[in-house]
Amino acid sequence: MLRLCLASTLALAAAPLSAQDMSGHEGHGAQAEEPAAEQPPKDDHSGHGNMKKPPAPFKLPDMTGAPQMDHSAHTMGDIPSGPPPAEAFEGPQHAADEIFGAEAMAEARKTNHATHGDMLTGTIMAERLEVRISDGHEAFLWDVQGWYGGDIDKFVIKSEGEGEFGESVEDTEIQALWGHAIGPFFDLQAGARIDLEPETRSHFVLGVQGLAPYMWHVDGALFLSDRGDLTARLEGEYDQKITQRLILQPRVELELSAQDIPEREIGAGLTKIETGLRLRYEIAREFAPYVGIGYEAKLGETADIARLAGEDTDGVAAVFGIRAWF
Amino acid sequence: MSIDRRKFITSSAALGAAMSLPLPAWARGESLTHAKQGFGEVSGEKIALSVGDHHFGVGGRKGHAIAVNGSVPGPLVRLREGQNVRIDVTNNLDEDTSIHWHGLLLPFQFDGVPGVSFPGIKPGETFTYEFPIRQNGTYWWHSHSGLQEQVGHYGPLIIESAEPDPRYDRDYVVLLSEFTPVHPHEIARKLKVGEHYYNRQMQTATEGDMPLKERLMWGGMRMNPRDISDVTGSTYTFLINGHGPMDGLEYLFAPGEKVRLRVINGSAMTFFNIRIPGVPMTVIAADGMDVAPVEVDEFQIGTAETYDVIVAPPAGSHALVAEAMDRSGMGVASLTSHKGHRATPPPLREPVTLTMADMGMGSMDGAHGGAMDQDAHAGHGSMAGMDHGGMDHGAMGHGDMDHSMRDTSKLPPDAQVGPGLDMVSPMPMDRMDYPGLGLDNVGHRVLRYTDLKAKRMNPHRMPTRQLEIHLTGNMERYMWSFDGRKFSAVTDDPIRFSYDERVRVKLVNDTMMAHPIHLHGHFFELVNGSGMMNQPLKHTVIVQPGSTATFDVTANEPGDWAFHCHLLYHMHAGMMQTVTVRPFPAAGEGA
Repeated sequence: MLRLCLASTLALAAAPLSAQDMSGHEGHGAQAEEPAAEQPPKDDHSGHGNMKKPPAPFKLPDMTGAPQMDHSAHTMGDIPSGPPPAEAFEGPQHAADEIFGAEAMAEARKTNHATHGDMLTGTIMAERLEVRISDGHEAFLWDVQGWYGGDIDKFVIKSEGEGEFGESVEDTEIQALWGHAIGPFFDLQAGARIDLEPETRSHFVLGVQGLAPYMWHVDGALFLSDRGDLTARLEGEYDQKITQRLILQPRVELELSAQDIPEREIGAGLTKIETGLRLRYEIAREFAPYVGIGYEAKLGETADIARLAGEDTDGVAAVFGIRAWF
Repeated sequence: MSIDRRKFITSSAALGAAMSLPLPAWARGESLTHAKQGFGEVSGEKIALSVGDHHFGVGGRKGHAIAVNGSVPGPLVRLREGQNVRIDVTNNLDEDTSIHWHGLLLPFQFDGVPGVSFPGIKPGETFTYEFPIRQNGTYWWHSHSGLQEQVGHYGPLIIESAEPDPRYDRDYVVLLSEFTPVHPHEIARKLKVGEHYYNRQMQTATEGDMPLKERLMWGGMRMNPRDISDVTGSTYTFLINGHGPMDGLEYLFAPGEKVRLRVINGSAMTFFNIRIPGVPMTVIAADGMDVAPVEVDEFQIGTAETYDVIVAPPAGSHALVAEAMDRSGMGVASLTSHKGHRATPPPLREPVTLTMADMGMGSMDGAHGGAMDQDAHAGHGSMAGMDHGGMDHGAMGHGDMDHSMRDTSKLPPDAQVGPGLDMVSPMPMDRMDYPGLGLDNVGHRVLRYTDLKAKRMNPHRMPTRQLEIHLTGNMERYMWSFDGRKFSAVTDDPIRFSYDERVRVKLVNDTMMAHPIHLHGHFFELVNGSGMMNQPLKHTVIVQPGSTATFDVTANEPGDWAFHCHLLYHMHAGMMQTVTVRPFPAAGEGA
């Protein structure tokens, strides 16, 4: 399942648009053959108690113009579809303008846009605000996102960072992105990422975020740094409800680099994997404390670099935190 | 268990100036009166209504309300067929308001939809509605401005017949609605942010008996089979005439009497299942129009529909139950022959789970609503033989056909394909014979649209044109539209009918939710198999998930009319259009 999710995430990052078609094979427009329409069912409300058999389905004739046999009394044969008669276009564009004045009506129509489809709104969501405890180390981590906008275009802000208590923050990044809906379930995101720690560095960001099949929330992005380094990150998480309020969330994050980045002790290829399992209890939808376990590992050449430096390449941590949004 | 939500609301208001509205008077701490629960009555040739801010509380939930003439619901407007009426509506709010007379035939400029029929009523202004009463029956009225309808701005409207009606001894209004202490803009925001915020009946590892294979299939489609209602009893208290289930509302009768109950669904977002256990109901009117009497034990009423029923209860106390379609709560009253005796309502039934038919997968083996498994609980059809993703219909008698769940070639040519459309029903079927989500296996008689026959003959006229309109949406983004286009995008591109043209309109539901679709200013005839002369007249039709519903309409009311889904937050998200009927007939011609 995990591999499937990652594979689909990769595919999404590569081809967000084609990934939108869930069926994976070409759809066809062929209608199921409609059997000749039946007479409507008689009232079979005679008896109480259990219905022996559901009544036969009532079928209307297929009115798409497909040729068909049809002998029922209540059908119509072919009714043409097409544009309305010419006189339907007569008179003013808006009938009420003539009665109440064009200006007053134009203003009311403008108001209607906001109240009938163009609502702007937003949210701020702290997916992870946590303490991580592993063999004597106590670290903290935040992972926060927010957006404001309409259905198609949004301003998106993301921030992640971590550090050890009593020491300086190790990593801090802020992303400011424009999000644009490219399909029913996915947004394309583009913008800037600023790292404040370990050192100041800026990136151009291009990514996709949305809901993959099987209800995985995924987020994949490419980062091109001001020094020309190309890296990528893929995240996926899934909410498995145990009860209406108790939710188990597996999470996986994978980092990649197109080249060595010596000053960040990164080697080309897969650089890092983070997995986690968090169990949260939603006191309210917006407020859920959680406990969990996290496993992190450096991979490939990045792991080799760490080993040469005498550092751990992987570790397990117990996590305690809060997921909250408003 | 709950925590104080106010701090979330205040912090969300601080998210940005654009996100928070200018504070109205009631939020600035100015003193407000408590709205009265329930309503009085206004009638005659001249009626005055005033709209104002109030507090309202019911069942331990308290909050802001907009009340008309100081009560929630607002007053019962009682009129007589054949009279003229002049209604002065005064706006004491800090924002525009309006009143739409739901189901009334009238000149379009008095229909009360801001931006379509008139500019709206500004703060401090009085607008005068003036029109002749051309019909009789059970209707209602409500605000068509913003989300005011959610907060109490609605009321019943009864038009007495010009002829005396001997069919009943007593006449009661049963106006169904909801109250929530949460600001409706905050509800709209939470629906946009997602996470099925109000749904507390999701399938979980420990709840729901859907097999893993089917769960995977739903997950593969990124759809939620328990997505019955967007806003639920987790925030709503369900009201009958403004009274919550614990308020002990009573309808008195004397044994042997015939009682007319005028059931009006004046809610923002809730379909109700209406029953009086042990007391059969005879439906005599739908949406204000008389139908041939049909006896049932239960019926589902979509938002904005009305049904009139006659009951003849035996002596005793009977529970009148309005169970929310998703089974997250109920409105309750007692129909009693003993003053002060409360009836015990039945428990809430099992949550409802969607089936293949609701995905627009047509029917299986000639049964609707999926293969009817008599042992399964409400509305759970078996989906054996389905492969997720590849949708293999081997077991469905359609040969080896694979179906895309988003085959956009099935949309009308002018529909817009975009992010606002997450599915296209592959094989939508007409389900006029479907009793409503969760009611296909209850073991007693439930009303179906196919049971409705007009009491008076309609003229026999063939439609000369047919039109297909798709109901489209995206649950994840909470986008709703017709033909993939939001109302904000089609203000200058209405649906056009020529005056007196008769059109057959097929509504195709490309979503997995039931939508109550309302056409202003007209009655259409449901194409339900009753025959052209007996098709029942309605102003609102439920289109079942993944299904079609067809109506014939004679466009004989000139002007611009709203046409929309009556789920308030769907309309707010854009599920609305204008229907324009042109030209205006010359004086002395036409209706």
